[in-house]
Amino acid sequence: MAKTQLEELNRNIYDIKNKDDYDFKIQKGLTREIVEEISKRKNDPGWMKEIRLKALETYNKLELPTWGPDLSELNMDEIATYVRPKTKLNSSWDDVPDDIKNTFDKLGIPEAERTSLAGVGAQYDSEVVYHSMKEELLKQGVIYTDMETAVREYPEIVKEHFMKCVPINDHKFVALHAAVWSGGSFVYIPKGVKLEMPLQSYFRLNSPESGQFEHTLIIVEEGASLHFIEGCSAPKYNKVNLHAGCVELYVKKNAYLRYSTIENWSKNMMNLNTKKAIVEEGGQVDWVTGSFGSKISMLYPLSILNGKGAKTEYTGISFAGEGQNLDTGFKVIHNAPNTSSVVNAKSISKNGGKCTYRSLVRINENAQNSKSSVSCESLMLDDFSVSDTIPVNDIRTDEVEFSHEAKIGKISDKTIFYLMSRGLSEEDAKAMIVRGFAYPISKELPGEYAVEMNNLINLELEGAIG
Amino acid sequence: MSNKLLEIKNLNVNAEEKQILKGIDLTINKGEIHVIMGPNGSGKTTTANAILNNPAYKKTGGSIVFDGEDITDMRTDEIARKGVFMSFQLPEEIPGVSVANFLKYAKNKVTGKPVKIFQFKDELKKYMEDLNMKTENIERSLNVGFSGGEKKKNEILQMLVLNPKLAILDETDSGLDVDAIKTVSKGIEMFKNDENAVLIITHNMRILENLKVDYVHVLIDGKIVTTGGNEIIKEIEANGFSKYRK
Repeated sequence: MAKTQLEELNRNIYDIKNKDDYDFKIQKGLTREIVEEISKRKNDPGWMKEIRLKALETYNKLELPTWGPDLSELNMDEIATYVRPKTKLNSSWDDVPDDIKNTFDKLGIPEAERTSLAGVGAQYDSEVVYHSMKEELLKQGVIYTDMETAVREYPEIVKEHFMKCVPINDHKFVALHAAVWSGGSFVYIPKGVKLEMPLQSYFRLNSPESGQFEHTLIIVEEGASLHFIEGCSAPKYNKVNLHAGCVELYVKKNAYLRYSTIENWSKNMMNLNTKKAIVEEGGQVDWVTGSFGSKISMLYPLSILNGKGAKTEYTGISFAGEGQNLDTGFKVIHNAPNTSSVVNAKSISKNGGKCTYRSLVRINENAQNSKSSVSCESLMLDDFSVSDTIPVNDIRTDEVEFSHEAKIGKISDKTIFYLMSRGLSEEDAKAMIVRGFAYPISKELPGEYAVEMNNLINLELEGAIG
Repeated sequence: MSNKLLEIKNLNVNAEEKQILKGIDLTINKGEIHVIMGPNGSGKTTTANAILNNPAYKKTGGSIVFDGEDITDMRTDEIARKGVFMSFQLPEEIPGVSVANFLKYAKNKVTGKPVKIFQFKDELKKYMEDLNMKTENIERSLNVGFSGGEKKKNEILQMLVLNPKLAILDETDSGLDVDAIKTVSKGIEMFKNDENAVLIITHNMRILENLKVDYVHVLIDGKIVTTGGNEIIKEIEANGFSKYRK
């Protein structure tokens, strides 16, 4: 049988490169002047400018992480942290410039908006270029807008929550984010309002040697319910791009939030992202994540279960191909009695790709009668790919149920032969096995995203077998 | 038109550097049921795998012609698409892929035609009822958590759905209770017609009771030492293989 070999993948729609045609691109690097310039151009109120400058100081004091993937290739002197596209925020796709609109069209965003979403936000480089929501939600008091509008129109809510769930000194890239953040979505779901259809924000980074630092802030009030979807992608360039977004989720008493992500950054992207949720009594946050892109990812969503009976589930899959180092996982802090967490993490590595599952389960003294069950499974498609599991379990009370299960496997020649004896080519056989492996995750996604995830799997496997 | 479906000539095969088959000749015509019997380790499973060109088995000589075409070095999936099917001794488990989706996909690959899902599921359920299978298993992951008997019946189901020209059943009866063996045997009867053929590999006589067997080959130490009719089955049942060993 022919040996496995990697062709340059045709990432078709994801790789559409528009001309780097911006309205304004800040000079590369990170200085006080640059941060002040961004703040000025964004018409920040004074308090926000203060946060930025303080964050810059924090950034300069903090060291790079001493663990995980090597980040030495990232040079902030080579990154432009703010790129304003040649358009304002629009509420109609007709007003979005053609090249930008075409990109989102090909990514299927306006189509999904018509058929299955309650609202859509679309960010291009550093600014949100489109935001819209169904009118009936407006009447129910739902707020879904870009972060800049929220700072302007709801300063009290933003002040109370911005960089409070994720503290600025959490790590170096959080501090960087707070200093140069731009774009992102703000969602407020009032008490008791349950959204039938999801809201979706899509983040597209087109400009080379630049960064995207969107901020997503979601508040789901008591008894309310929301499914939020974020998608992200970028065309591939030869030099490093940076993504350091920040997601802060507040899930109030008996509220429910599902946060789904399909991440398909290009393979020159450093994805150093931070996501946290604070969950109050009886509330629940579920994370569903598919990570396919980026050169390096470091991303470990955290659920803090602060109220009695709060729950969280993490369902995630990462897929690392040649040259990719995806260091992902999940963290949970049980901080109240009767809380529960369920983790189902999977990873696939091929062509020398590296997947690490890094996790923390902390069950505090006050979290009696809590439950946590963790299952992680890795699939390696060849002998030179790498998979690793680094769990930290910090259990501080005896009255808990805790289980952790980890499996690392390969596709056996016997299985491939079995499928080939049913008429499937070797490539089809592998794709079928991988799709089946990913199925427990993809079934958690809404229909068209499950399809997109299968397409991404096929795309990743395409041409991989000679 | 020749009636000849499979013609194996002087086949020599190694598994893990060790010679297992030492010059096998075997001809199967359309409409026939053949049986290969032999003690453990005689090369029965190797023969089945060699026909489908499993890369784990290395051919060192000889040829296999199927339906007028040399398939000796053809890829397994191409051989399958030409109409050869093998029921596995130990069917593989495929988590996350349902029986229905798997078979729909395989049927499409084997026939090269699109498969209509609702019609196909009905067809599948009918076959499952015939084989005393639980039709709700149609949505379960292929072979995952199936009992030994369920796995074997699932292989027969696949045979019926994919409708090959030649079905090779490798120890499909092993480990099955009497009822399950009857069901498998019924499945073979349903499948069999004048245009296809079956090659049954076994060392159990019971599966053969209800079938009209045309030829029985006794395989000892990588060679077919005798070929005959039904009478050989009775003979082996009474006396074992000792007579055929040197």
